[in-house]
Amino acid sequence: MDAINFSSLLFWLFAAVACIFAVAVVLSNNIVRMAFYLILSLGATSGLFFLAGADFVGAMQLMIYVGGTLVLLIFGVMLTVKGPFITMKTSAGEWILAAFVGGSLLTVLLAAATSVEAWQRPAERPAGTQVTATRLGLALMGARVDKLEESDATQRGGMSGYLLPFEIISVHLLVVLIGSAYLARPKRRASNHENQ
Amino acid sequence: MAEYLRQFLAPEWLAYLVAALVHAFLLVNVLAVSALVFIWLERKVSGRIQDRLGPTRIGGKFGWLQTLADAIKLVTKEDLRPAGADRMLFLIAPYVGFIASFGAYMALPFADNWVAIRLNVAVFFILAVLGLEVFGVILAGYASGSKWSLFGAMREAAQVVSYEVPLGMCVVVPVLIAGTMDLVTIGQMQAGMFTQWFVFHDPFTFIIFGVYFTCATASVNRAPFDLAEAESELVAGFHTEYSGFRWSVFFLSEYGSMFAVSGLAAILFFGGWNGPLPITHWLGLADATNPVLHYLGNFLGLVNFVGKCIFGVTFMMWVRWTLPRLRIDQVMTTCLKYCTPIAAVMFLGAMLWTYFIPGGLVVPNNYGPVREGQLIPAVGTYPSVAPAESDKTASTRAATAIAQAGPGE
Repeated sequence: MDAINFSSLLFWLFAAVACIFAVAVVLSNNIVRMAFYLILSLGATSGLFFLAGADFVGAMQLMIYVGGTLVLLIFGVMLTVKGPFITMKTSAGEWILAAFVGGSLLTVLLAAATSVEAWQRPAERPAGTQVTATRLGLALMGARVDKLEESDATQRGGMSGYLLPFEIISVHLLVVLIGSAYLARPKRRASNHENQ
Repeated sequence: MAEYLRQFLAPEWLAYLVAALVHAFLLVNVLAVSALVFIWLERKVSGRIQDRLGPTRIGGKFGWLQTLADAIKLVTKEDLRPAGADRMLFLIAPYVGFIASFGAYMALPFADNWVAIRLNVAVFFILAVLGLEVFGVILAGYASGSKWSLFGAMREAAQVVSYEVPLGMCVVVPVLIAGTMDLVTIGQMQAGMFTQWFVFHDPFTFIIFGVYFTCATASVNRAPFDLAEAESELVAGFHTEYSGFRWSVFFLSEYGSMFAVSGLAAILFFGGWNGPLPITHWLGLADATNPVLHYLGNFLGLVNFVGKCIFGVTFMMWVRWTLPRLRIDQVMTTCLKYCTPIAAVMFLGAMLWTYFIPGGLVVPNNYGPVREGQLIPAVGTYPSVAPAESDKTASTRAATAIAQAGPGE
């Protein structure tokens, strides 16, 4: 009985939940149930992150992906509702196409995942290190914390950091948001004066 | 705790299992007992505000056992399921909301280091998990197959998604001052007199606390932001079709998240488990080397913390029975035109304040770990906190590196 390893047990549990509900997303016809299964699958993935000690990434996963699915769900309901419950029928051609695309992606990912040697044996965290999000945050602010051990003083000053890409992505997202708001607003004729 | 149990329980897995069960049991009890008390309190508070007595019959003079009677009534009610509902989602929806509300307690410290899981990103985790509570509402609203429910759910969705933005901005400010997202460290930094509390750190945090409380009230779907239920227009909103036990699970999670956001407010702004006066320090109970005294000190801290939470929840009740419900456009206006800009400006102000007056204006901190740039007391009575150390050195070194590189880099 001493052999029960909680990390492995929980890993298998979370991994199984993630996989089962990922399959359920594909097999379900009801759009809201699909979104619900997707949430469970993504939630289990964040559980895997927490299990690996990556609290920040796990919380990010919950906040962004699961929260994003929430918005997806709302739009799914808002934009597609005609009757009380929506079911989507998938034609045979779509099944074949989806199976081909998904299968080829799976093949590539599996080949990549199994070929990385370092993943096949468990790694020990070096003693005395503590996992914090501080370095990640500083890197986003433009400081390359990983370069601090550099022997050359001129190399130590931060190199490039991730501030510029971060800002570019932010501005890009803003542009996308404004554009989508512009496209989605109701078209008004010029003669129609605006009524509040 | 698992390490401690391992001395007695031979297999390692058993120790972990027992530790996990004890934590979960305690937290479920916090949730259930607080809901029991708060529902009674809500009835009494609403009664007093409306100039009546509230419950008086059951359990003595003050109606202490009213909630228990309510609970028994609810459990014996018929568990209705509408014929037109999406059966699986309808049945599961209340529990989804409850799990989200319960999950937030895992990272919420109740006293110095009295926390189920000490996360390095606890603030972020709690926000992320509490944000999931809206799923229960949306699923319930959709799966009921009723237009009242769907209307309520859609309102709730729009409201919660909008209020996440200013809420996140408000929470960032104490994190910015503390330099960490670890709630235990944030609480320790505010030890000492009440002037150490972050709400009194600078004028901006004082104002942003008001914004935080508004947004928190909205995000837990309490009046005046309870449009999702709006009984005058939508029958009962998202839980129109629910009855009996499932209905009460919704309320359990609502009161649970009220307590959780009040607890978050207490830690981020009001010193957490540190009282207005450092009585535990004066009595010598803060000494971490003596387990018995430290336990007593922590227990006083727990009383302090729970008192602050109860105050927060009572304040929400006061607001609920005083203000009328907002319309959906007023809710959106409050969020986008008032809360978000105010939070953004206060965030900027607090940032400039910590940059130019890092030490603050008032007394140095004698009791907790010292913030970056804070006035350092002559004699530190608090042992330095080991985990914060590595963080601090890393950030200091990075700051020096940036300074060396100069702006033209």
